[in-house]
Amino acid sequence: MAGMTLTEKLLAHAAGRDGVRPGDFVTAKLSCVLANDITAPIAIREFRKMGAERVFDAGKVALVADHSTPNKDIAAATQTKTMRDFAREQGILHYYETEAGIEHILLPDKGIVLSGDCVIGADSHTCTYGAITAFSTGVGSSDCAAGMATGECWFRVPETLRFVFEGALQQWVGGKDLILYTIGQIGVDGALYRAMEFAGSAIHALDMAGRFTMCNMAIEAGGKNGVMPFDEKTRAYVDARATRAYTVFAADADAEYAEVYEWDASGIEPQVAAPFLPSNARGVSEFADTVIDQAVVGACTNGRIEDLREAAKVLQGRKVARGVRCIVIPGTHEIHLQATREGLVELFLEAGAMVSTPTCGPCLGGHMGILAAGERAVATTNRNFVGRMGHPESEVYLASPAVAAASAVTGRICSPTAL
Amino acid sequence: MTGRVHKYGDHVDTDVIIPARYLSTSDSAELAKHCMEDLDAEFVGRVQPGDVIVAGVNFGCGSSREHAPIAIKACGVSSVVARSFARIFYRNALNIGLPIIECAALADEAQAGDELAVDLEAGTARNLTRGTEFAFPPLVGPAADLVAAGGLVPLVRARLAG
Repeated sequence: MAGMTLTEKLLAHAAGRDGVRPGDFVTAKLSCVLANDITAPIAIREFRKMGAERVFDAGKVALVADHSTPNKDIAAATQTKTMRDFAREQGILHYYETEAGIEHILLPDKGIVLSGDCVIGADSHTCTYGAITAFSTGVGSSDCAAGMATGECWFRVPETLRFVFEGALQQWVGGKDLILYTIGQIGVDGALYRAMEFAGSAIHALDMAGRFTMCNMAIEAGGKNGVMPFDEKTRAYVDARATRAYTVFAADADAEYAEVYEWDASGIEPQVAAPFLPSNARGVSEFADTVIDQAVVGACTNGRIEDLREAAKVLQGRKVARGVRCIVIPGTHEIHLQATREGLVELFLEAGAMVSTPTCGPCLGGHMGILAAGERAVATTNRNFVGRMGHPESEVYLASPAVAAASAVTGRICSPTAL
Repeated sequence: MTGRVHKYGDHVDTDVIIPARYLSTSDSAELAKHCMEDLDAEFVGRVQPGDVIVAGVNFGCGSSREHAPIAIKACGVSSVVARSFARIFYRNALNIGLPIIECAALADEAQAGDELAVDLEAGTARNLTRGTEFAFPPLVGPAADLVAAGGLVPLVRARLAG
């Protein structure tokens, strides 16, 4: 019997089985079930319809108010209140609304999700936690409700695609560029129903922030999950946060992959994905004449302290171009505090950028930076679909914090090397 | 069940099925008013009970918002046919009882306004306008159980009660 991929190992563990194969149906025990202020209200309604009275474990449900917070209007405030009331009723341990932030940055940063875990979340970017070698995937509100009620979820074990990046990265190239490049190569359904396993020297060279960014966007290739190998950087990150035991898994050397992609990472320049699909990724140098109205640094993709430091390095001693709105959104309250202590917030304000409290806000066209018809943004977010950041005739170009910051300075999409 | 085809292309994402500016409600009738708005603003005025959405690959990609299949179902759409579906949308549709059919030949041939007769139990669909018939494979495993139970709520309800 051939070995198992990382995702097969993680799912076998969660299902209490010695081994699984692609195509197997398994029932997995869940380490955590997540919902947010947009998806929780439906999940709570379905939970009640299921006749459930108590969540399976009040310590393993996480409810995070992040999409419309601070609540943008009465309807949003009502949705958050629905979630808050449910959290109080159920005694939910991990309810976050203040001293909170974006769910997919918050959960691993708080040590709520650990390596070896099996997690579902009613948010498509739940796949982010694969960066710490967990199995995590997005679901809808009904699956979330069933997970809250039973502590279990069924899965079809996916085939795995392996992406091997070797070589030293160019200056200003990081996780965002590698994942945009990947999606550009395989397309927005290139990993449909499949697991995306990353490997290679360039992956191990990435910091944890870059790995979270890559796994975050597995869904943009249609992937069920993204997963990173566990190494000393993972151990340092998780050990600093864990308050319970965790399990470390590695792919078997003889694991079977549906496809293996091997790429020379040293040849990849900073990437930009043009509207209206994340797969429209090309080198930043091809966008030289693209004038922007707005630059956004933040989101579950790139709202970590390392991302803010990267943007700050570019903006230091420079000014945002006249007529450009540069919006910086720290991912969590703690990151906001850390950025303040490091002087990054002052640096952003000096440069002429705006700094918002943590929120998903503009990424999904919610609030805090909505685009009018004909406007164009470069953003560190993860989607550039029609109308994603506002008017259906607006445009979003996806890029790294470095490219977003450099573009804010010149008013045109560019790399920091062009400054 | 018969209905008219509303035809779309590849990668129809959940942001265009139901834009985020309408996600401050969970009310299905309210969501239905804005279904497909950023892709086809006339859809809501045109759709009739029983109609079928037909699309290309990766239908329902992007956000996990269950509001998307809820809005489609609340418009009276009887099923969605596509070459392929994004996996979260696929699960969501099964969970809430919106029939979805993966059938490339049917998806490719059907054009806007064609009349389709879909028999989910038999696993067949006839394009009455063109006189063609297609078979699609039955669901297997937990997906089949979900459909047999009438969706995820009754399935879990029975389990919790049992």
